[in-house]
Amino acid sequence: MIDPVAPFLDATVRTATPLALAALGETLVERSGTINIGLEGTIIAGAFGAVAVATAAGVPGAFAAAIAAGVLTAVLLALFIVELRSDAIVTGTAVTLLALGTTGLLYRAMFGTAGVALTIPTAGPVPIPLLSDIPVIGRAFFAQPVTTYVVYGTVPVLAWWLSHTHAGLALRAVGENPAAAATAGISPRRVRWWALCFGGALGGLSGGCLVVAQVGTFAEGMSAGRGFIAIAIVALGRWSPVGVAIASVLFGAASALQFVFQSLGWALPYQLFLALPYILTLLALASVAGRHAAPAALGRR
Amino acid sequence: MTERLRRSTAWRAAGLFAACIALLVAVAALVAALSVLTGNDPFRALDALWRGSLGSRYAILSATLVRATPLILTGLAVTLAFTAGVMNIGAEGQLLAGGAAAATVDAIAGPAVGRLSVPLALLGGALAGAGWAFLPAWLRRRFGVLEVISTIMMNFVALYMVGYLVRGPLQEPLRIYPQSPAISESARLPIIVSGTRLHLGFFIALVCGAMLWWALRSTAAGFRVRLLGANPDAARSAGLIDVGRTAMRAFLLSGALAGLAGAIEVSGVTYSLYENLSPGYGYTAIAVALVGSLDPALTVGSGVLFGALEAGASAMQRDAGVPSVLATVVEASIILLLLGVAALRAPVKRWRRAFVMRRTADVVQRAGAEVP
Repeated sequence: MIDPVAPFLDATVRTATPLALAALGETLVERSGTINIGLEGTIIAGAFGAVAVATAAGVPGAFAAAIAAGVLTAVLLALFIVELRSDAIVTGTAVTLLALGTTGLLYRAMFGTAGVALTIPTAGPVPIPLLSDIPVIGRAFFAQPVTTYVVYGTVPVLAWWLSHTHAGLALRAVGENPAAAATAGISPRRVRWWALCFGGALGGLSGGCLVVAQVGTFAEGMSAGRGFIAIAIVALGRWSPVGVAIASVLFGAASALQFVFQSLGWALPYQLFLALPYILTLLALASVAGRHAAPAALGRR
Repeated sequence: MTERLRRSTAWRAAGLFAACIALLVAVAALVAALSVLTGNDPFRALDALWRGSLGSRYAILSATLVRATPLILTGLAVTLAFTAGVMNIGAEGQLLAGGAAAATVDAIAGPAVGRLSVPLALLGGALAGAGWAFLPAWLRRRFGVLEVISTIMMNFVALYMVGYLVRGPLQEPLRIYPQSPAISESARLPIIVSGTRLHLGFFIALVCGAMLWWALRSTAAGFRVRLLGANPDAARSAGLIDVGRTAMRAFLLSGALAGLAGAIEVSGVTYSLYENLSPGYGYTAIAVALVGSLDPALTVGSGVLFGALEAGASAMQRDAGVPSVLATVVEASIILLLLGVAALRAPVKRWRRAFVMRRTADVVQRAGAEVP
């Protein structure tokens, strides 16, 4: 019998990577006191951006296009919620619908109807010397595509940036009390523009990661709810980069469990395990710490 | 006074008519433009869209109004919640819970209760929808948890719950497909126009719309809901409204409407429960409510419009080869268009108000000058 632990850990990290990328971007957005409910749309746009140019521009070009497509959705969102002061929830829903629909249409227009096997260059695993030799966890954590290492890098940088730089503190000030921040000479408008664009870039990269580092092709609606999962992860991670990283692993592990069950031939209802992280998030939101972790301006109009 | 009132009603009706025409023209233009962009014949696409939605009596009754039914009910759910200032984006999950309840009621009590099965299933669906909304509503009231996030969680939990039910306790007896067995004949909603697929659910949706319109407009509870949504701080400091309780009730009733939509979908259209019961009705509902400008009567109309669009889009894919996902793009564009119009109208309104006040001040001043 094959040892199920190593494949389980590998699947956990692989599933967690795009979730963590999107969630880290969303963390910054929500810390600035707004929310990108259209994150699902951002991810699918990134995925489409990657597949559209992958053959011509290679892997780096695909990642760049993914980021650009993600930022594009964020700019659209920012135009409405920052400039026109539209409702963030309604706008985000519209952006998701728009991106899901547009990518579906464009994909059919560019690559014909679904079913055509598309071969694009992919980013394979890059084992890190020494670290990937650690028994059990080594290969799972340190023999992954480059996007996983982007997550490893982003977490500490973002955590440090939020608590040790002027810009990071300004962003948090806008998220807690935009009026007070404005009095102190910080422009909430500009801060939220930058936050949304950064969130869009990471969300787009998350979609690119799905296409280039994981699936190797595009499918309509392939974001499959990851944008909403990322929003859940931000809440479970209590709006802190480190917490978000841990929460991503938890969500990744929950969905990796189903592969383990399948490989072991267990007939357990894996839907219960899939639902578990969401229930956990609800509990975390209701807990004493969770209640006060949300940026104060979040959800205010 | 009555003269002015009558004139303003006429003006409103004319404005509404103009808005409808503008919306239809915008939809047609968008469909045509998107067809051209994706390399399809726009005239064939529009022709198929028309014939599949409003072009014939059969299309209207069997496609458009059937498709509109869950959109109207979930649209009303969103209208009620948003009017109360509750950002319930969990209509999708509440709908699934309602559908699951209807299938469960039939599986447990179906043949035994005969014709009673229909009201039981609908009641069960509404209760399940309200129950699904209860946790986010309670978390909001008790702990101040953002309902935007908690309702998203509940949507996923509902999806996985249905996934479990149709592979476990509710799976059809042969255990091949992940769906529940077809519900018994007596549990199906009656067809209200013979020879079509139009079922009683559409009538129920209309009744719900009328009741919500009346309740929001003419009852004390409706007034409390509107006041709460318009200005929660004022509602709280006025002291006459229990803010927490009012929001909670609106939230639960909103969930009940969405749950009813799910139960009606199972007992009137699919006759069975499966994971893809809803092609995102709960999310489209936000567009429906917004186009209906959060007015229950208008929401019914916009539900029919979106029903026509989605029914027509299916026909467009079938007959003209245009991907039906085009409807999604049109829906999203309509939302953004309306948000843009609303944002651009706000400064005009402010300016007009300032103008009226200046004129009033003028009049007062002049009147003051004339008094010796």
